[in-house]
Amino acid sequence: MYNKVTSADLAALKQILGNEFVLFGDEINPDYAHDELGGVEKMPEVLVRPGCTEEIAAVMKLAYEREIPVTVRGSGTGLVGAAVPVEGGILLETKRLNKILELDKETLTVTVQPGVLLMELAAFAEENDFMYPPDPGEKSATIGGNISTNAGGMRAVKSGVTRDYVRALTVVTPQGEILKLGGKVAKNSSGYSLKDLVVGSEGTLAIICEAVLKVVPLPKVSLSLLVPFPDMKSAIEAVPKIFGSKITPTAIEYMSRDTILFSEDYLGKKFPDTKSDAYILLTFDGNTDIQVESEMKVIADLCLEIGALDVFILDTDERKKSVWSARGAFLEAIKASTTEMDECDVVVPVNRVDDFIKFTHALAKELNVRIPSFGHAGDGNLHVYICRDALGDKEWENLLNTCFDRMYKKAEEMGGLVSGEHGIGYAKKGYIKKQYGETPIALMQGIKKVFDPKDILNPGKVCF
Amino acid sequence: MNILVCIKQVPGSNNVEVDPVTGTLKRSGVKSKMNPYDLYALEMALSLQEKIGGTVETLTMGPPQAKDIIVESVCMGAKRGFVLSDRNFAGADVLATAYTVSQGIRICGQYDLIICGKQTTDGDTAQVGAEVAEYLGYPNVSNVLSVDGMKDGVISLTASLDEEIVKMTVKTPCVISADGDINTPRLPSYKVKQAITEDAVTFLSMQDFSDKDAEHYGLHGSATQVERIFPPEKTKERRVLEGTAEEQTAAIFDLVCRQKLI
Repeated sequence: MYNKVTSADLAALKQILGNEFVLFGDEINPDYAHDELGGVEKMPEVLVRPGCTEEIAAVMKLAYEREIPVTVRGSGTGLVGAAVPVEGGILLETKRLNKILELDKETLTVTVQPGVLLMELAAFAEENDFMYPPDPGEKSATIGGNISTNAGGMRAVKSGVTRDYVRALTVVTPQGEILKLGGKVAKNSSGYSLKDLVVGSEGTLAIICEAVLKVVPLPKVSLSLLVPFPDMKSAIEAVPKIFGSKITPTAIEYMSRDTILFSEDYLGKKFPDTKSDAYILLTFDGNTDIQVESEMKVIADLCLEIGALDVFILDTDERKKSVWSARGAFLEAIKASTTEMDECDVVVPVNRVDDFIKFTHALAKELNVRIPSFGHAGDGNLHVYICRDALGDKEWENLLNTCFDRMYKKAEEMGGLVSGEHGIGYAKKGYIKKQYGETPIALMQGIKKVFDPKDILNPGKVCF
Repeated sequence: MNILVCIKQVPGSNNVEVDPVTGTLKRSGVKSKMNPYDLYALEMALSLQEKIGGTVETLTMGPPQAKDIIVESVCMGAKRGFVLSDRNFAGADVLATAYTVSQGIRICGQYDLIICGKQTTDGDTAQVGAEVAEYLGYPNVSNVLSVDGMKDGVISLTASLDEEIVKMTVKTPCVISADGDINTPRLPSYKVKQAITEDAVTFLSMQDFSDKDAEHYGLHGSATQVERIFPPEKTKERRVLEGTAEEQTAAIFDLVCRQKLI
């Protein structure tokens, strides 16, 4: 149904981008066939690396006219196959667009190109005494990718998610038109929010070429607590009680001893405490020691009162690093502990986290499979991993289907949704269809059609 | 085994400004913390105690607020600690510091093993441990990676000589300096902090020492004088290398060769 890339197309692309930024066939590294999700693979016919918005527009004009599919890729760290060119065609990599263009201290915004890495933006903001609050675990992801999945991260409890920080986007439409959506404004009631439609659309509606992001003043004081509990049940049950105290920590993460031990093996570095079965990790930010310490004290006392075994204080950079670096490596650590794995990035109401974790433990026992998990206890977004270990191909496929069916069904019963922050991409579209039903999916498909009548931009994803 | 760990309070951040007029570190308004290298020494002591029993105590020299790191050490598992604090100790160089610490150790108790951190993040001399040993007349080993056991008053340990790893035995009492990054220091407990009592910290001054001659301490007792302190030069220059992986590799190689880094 799509046209293949011909030698004439290749010549035209080289004309637009220059020879060195157009790779064809065997010149393309096999890694471009997949993202961090295993199982979904397809090589693009051609890989292009544009250096500016106008080049992207020119590529899209050509692709639209010739009806060649285009898939956008940042760092390739996605977990649902969203950046896999399942229909072949052109893979458009944004990594050359890696400039931080402006820090506007009067509107508290930073303007970036989509290939800037999250860690680069975080460091840049901090150097200038600002903070970009979204804090997903994968720091080498691009900002374009973060916007495309509406990435969340650990500070979502207090600070919200990527969408809350996108003020404006410059995008290229599938037809090759350059549009500016939103602006350096704090409010916007001017018609449908096209900018917010593009955020989280996983590269299916338009290509993000520039983003104006909100930053906040860097909190002067930050302190974390690592709180050990005798078991996961008491750890998770503590979270709603913490919210009940009317103090909102910046982050509330939960982690089990098993996951911590995987990360010790993976990093070759000991975690400061592994005596307990379950932990929650809390962070408090503020502008004065007195404020942060008084909040910390209320929560520390509360935790001890409701059964915490102790409360450990992470008050220096070294101490924070010893715990947060392990937390940041959990995904890779679990991956390294098995032969293959797949993930359920489910989100449930905060007060159902405990029930959902208990359900995964029971499921693991029933199906005789390892299902380690960790996640954002404070916002209900869990990362649950099904480990293949020694299973054969057929058994693995069956097991995955059973596990996912049961987990998404359970999440739905609890009022939860399929994805908290990783997106739907290719891998989870069956589950979103199942949950949303006909009309919402038809509305999504209609939106896609308005933006992209020829369905050339990242086809086969999200709602198709 | 009774262990004493020598610790120091240092600025909480590496970005401490230097007063251009006096040439001293601007400490006011800057938060303090325990020297990160001392945390490895303290963890080594606490792990040893868990393995073979005994007690762990800590000692520091500094202004009265240095008490905070003694409290912190107790929150991590030490039994108690001492603060050597006296106006006469001010301005001490490495030698005078080591002498003061050795005087303090003599009256604090009987220890089989004294553990110091490798160096501090503010002074960076890495000499105090060895000089304390000299003043006490104890054997000394630096860059210790692990204490492997103790039998009949002799401890066996592993130390790094940069190029090689050596295993040795040392008679107690002795002074060792723990190498950096050899363990993950445990975290201070809020629960212990809430329960801490006054007697966990003991202040000692020159009047408590056997040598009460002020000429032997602080600036007077120092063999060296600091002429000038200045911050290291900072550069924000960045170079982005472009091109293929091969071209970038060649460019990096060329760059590190020219900078004489390899």
